[in-house]
Amino acid sequence: MPTSALLFLVAGLGLIAWLSGRVRAIAFRKAPGQRFSSLPRHHGSFAAMWTVLPPLLFLAVWGACAPGLATNGVLKTPAAAQLPPPGFERAAILSEARAIANDHHRTPLNPLATRLAPAYAVEQSRYGWIGGATALLLGIAGGAFAFLRIRPGFNARTRIERIVMASLLAASLIAILTTIGIVASLLFESARFFGTVPITDFLFGRHWSPQVIDPRNPGASLGAVPLFWGTFFIGAVIAMLVAIPFGLMSAIYLTQYASPRLRAWMKPTLEILAGVPTVVYGYFAALVVGPALRQLGVAIGIPGATSESALAAGLVMGVMIIPFVSSMADDAIAAVPSAMRDGSLAMGATPSETISRVLLPAALPGVVGGVLLAISRAIGETMIVVMAASGAATISLNPFNSATTVTKQIVDLLTGEASFDSPKTLAAFALGMTLFVITLLLNIIALTVVKRYREAYE
Amino acid sequence: MTDKTILNDHKMTARNVSVWYGAVQAIGDVSIDIDQDKVTAFIGPSGCGKSTFLRTLNRMNDTIASARVEGDIRLDGEDVYAREMDVVQLRARVGMVFQKPNPFPKSIYENVAYGPRIHGLASSKADMDRIVERSLARAGLWGEVKDRLSDSGTALSGGQQQRLCIARAIAVDPEVILMDEPCSALDPIATAKIEELIHELKGRYAIVVVTHNMQQAARVSQRTAFFHLGQLVEYGQTSDIFTNPREERTRDYITGRYG
Ligand SMILES: Nc1ncnc2c1ncn2[C@@H]1O[C@H](COP(=O)(O)OP(=O)(O)OP(=O)(O)O)[C@@H](O)[C@H]1O
Ligand SMILES: [Mg+2]
Repeated sequence: MPTSALLFLVAGLGLIAWLSGRVRAIAFRKAPGQRFSSLPRHHGSFAAMWTVLPPLLFLAVWGACAPGLATNGVLKTPAAAQLPPPGFERAAILSEARAIANDHHRTPLNPLATRLAPAYAVEQSRYGWIGGATALLLGIAGGAFAFLRIRPGFNARTRIERIVMASLLAASLIAILTTIGIVASLLFESARFFGTVPITDFLFGRHWSPQVIDPRNPGASLGAVPLFWGTFFIGAVIAMLVAIPFGLMSAIYLTQYASPRLRAWMKPTLEILAGVPTVVYGYFAALVVGPALRQLGVAIGIPGATSESALAAGLVMGVMIIPFVSSMADDAIAAVPSAMRDGSLAMGATPSETISRVLLPAALPGVVGGVLLAISRAIGETMIVVMAASGAATISLNPFNSATTVTKQIVDLLTGEASFDSPKTLAAFALGMTLFVITLLLNIIALTVVKRYREAYE
Repeated sequence: MTDKTILNDHKMTARNVSVWYGAVQAIGDVSIDIDQDKVTAFIGPSGCGKSTFLRTLNRMNDTIASARVEGDIRLDGEDVYAREMDVVQLRARVGMVFQKPNPFPKSIYENVAYGPRIHGLASSKADMDRIVERSLARAGLWGEVKDRLSDSGTALSGGQQQRLCIARAIAVDPEVILMDEPCSALDPIATAKIEELIHELKGRYAIVVVTHNMQQAARVSQRTAFFHLGQLVEYGQTSDIFTNPREERTRDYITGRYG
C-alpha cells in the first residue's frame, strides 16, 4: 500500500474518531445540572489522538525494520545464492535491486540485480501490506479504546495535556538522540579506522597524502599533524588576529561610545553580517582576497605565494567571525554593572581609561569565553577553506603559502571515488571525530567560563 | 538665604540651575552655595532631584545621554560647564561616593591606587604606598585591611566597601566630596562609622551628603538644603532648618508629615 494512501486513511480514521468522540460527549451533556471538566472538543481530540498516534508510531518503527526484513526474504530466494560474500559489492547489488524494484524504467548495471528485483518487489509489497494492515488495525483499536473511555466524568482535558507534553518531550529527544546516533557512528567508524591505522601514527604523524596509501603501512601517509596545524593556523591564529581586535573594538564602541540611535542600527547590521551564507564569504576569499594577496606576496618577494593561501582563508574567516566576537564581547561588557563605569568616571578617568582599566578586566572571562566559542566555530568552518585554501598538507609558518584544514580534507576524502571501508574513507571519520572532540572541549570550557562569570555579577 | 555666615567662604556656587531629562524637567532654577570646610546635607522626598542636582556638581550628568543642564555652577569661581573646563580635572577635584558601594573588582590596594595612578599623583611605588595607607587610614579602614591589601575589594563587607570607596575618593585629594546616600545600604554600626568619618573629614573638604535620614542630617551637617519637586525650598543652618524652619513644607517634611 503506498504510504500516502495509508496516511490518508489514518487521517480519515482520526477525523471519524474526533467526530464520534464529540457526538458521544455531547450526548452525555444533555443531562442537566452537571459540571464537566472537559468540553466535547476535548473528548473528540482525545479519541482522535488515540486513533492517529499508535499507527504513526508503529509506522515509524516499521519503516525502520521493513527493509531489513525484505532483504532477508530476498536472500532466501535461489537467485541470491550467486551474490558475492557480505561486503561492499553485495550491498551495492542489493541496493540496486531495490532501486530497480521501485523504479521499473531504470537501466540496470548489474545483471544479478535485475534478477533479484522481482523478488524484492514481492517482499516489499508483502511487508508493505502487513505494515499497513497492522497500522490501520492499531488505529481502529486505539480509537475504540478511547471512545469507550469517554464518560461524563472522564477528564479528557488533562489526558490531552499529558499527550501533548509527551509529544513535545519526544520532539526534543529526537534532536538529542540523533546527535548521540551521529556521534556513535563516528565513534564506530573511527574505531574501525584505528583498527588498521595505529592511533599514534594518525595523531602524531607529520606526513599526510591519502592519495597514495601503502596498503601494508597505511599509517605512514595518514599523519594528521599537518591538518591540525593548518586548522589551528587558519582558524585560531589568522582568523582570530582579525576577529578579536575588530570584534572587541566594535563591541567597545557600541557599548560605550555609540549614541543609542547609532547603536540601534549598527547592532542589527552586524548581526545580519553573521547571517551571510559562508559560501558567499568563500567566494569572496577565492576570487578577490586570494589573488590580491598573491600579488602582494609576489610584489614583496615572498617565496611560494599562492592565490590559495592560508592568509586569504584566515582573513576572510576572521571577518566572518567579527560579528560573533563582537556580540559576545558586547554581552560581556554590558553585564558589568554600570556602577563600575560610573565609579571610574567619577574618579576622573576618561572613557578609554575606564574601558581598559575597569570594564575590560571585569568583562575578561566573558570575552575569553566568547573568543573560545569563536575559535571552535572557526576551526569547524568548511566552506571558506574548501573554496580558498585548497592546498598541500604542509606544516608552514608562511601565511602566503597554501594550507589545508581538517574540514577541507574530510570533504576531499569523501568526495573522491573510494569504497566505504577503505582506510582513506575511514580516515575522514577519524578526522571528524577528532574535530568533534576538540570543538566539544572548547565549547565546554567556554560555556563554563562564561557561566562562572555571569554568576559573579548576579 | 540672607544668613551672614552662609555668604562667605563659598567653595561651590550654583545659580539658576535647571536640569532636563529629555523633555522632562527634573530640577528647576536652583541656586545654592556649598561652603568650604562644612558638611551640607540635601534632604527631600524621593524623586525630588537630590541626586540629579548632586551630579551636576561634578558633571556626572554628562554620562546620561538624555540629561541637559542649564544655569551657572562654579568651583572656586571657575565655570564648571565652561568649554575649557577639563572634566577629568574637575572630577579629580570634586570626588563622589555612590549610594551602593561600588569597589572595582580589583585588590583593595588597587582600588585606592586607581585615582592617583590615573592622575599621576605618585612618583614612586613607595609614594603610592604612602598615599594608599594615608587614604585608608583617613577612611578608618587601615586597621581592618592592612594585612590583606591584595584581597579583592569586592570581598569586603558592605560597610567596609563603602569606606573603601571613600578612601578611593580621598586618595586623589579632592576639594569637594559628594556623597549620595552613602549609608542607605548599611547597618546602623557601619552607618555610625561613616558618620564619624564625615565628622573627621569635614575640616579638610567641603562635603555634600544626600540623606533620607533626618537624624543623620541633623547629626553630621552644618548646612541643610530641603528639595521638593525639583525646587530648592529652603536652605540654611542645619540647626535653624530643624528647629525653626521658615517654610511650611520644610516643617511638614522634617516632622514626617509627608515624604
Ligand atoms: N537617568 C534618568 N533618566 C530620566 N529621568 C531620570 C533619570 N534619573 C532621574 N530621573 C528623574 O528625575 C527625577 C529626579 O530623580 P533623582 O534621582 O534626582 O531623585 P532623588 O531625589 O535622588 O530621589 P531618591 O531619594 O529616590 O534617590 C525623578 O523624577 C526621576 O524619575
Ligand atoms: Mg537619589
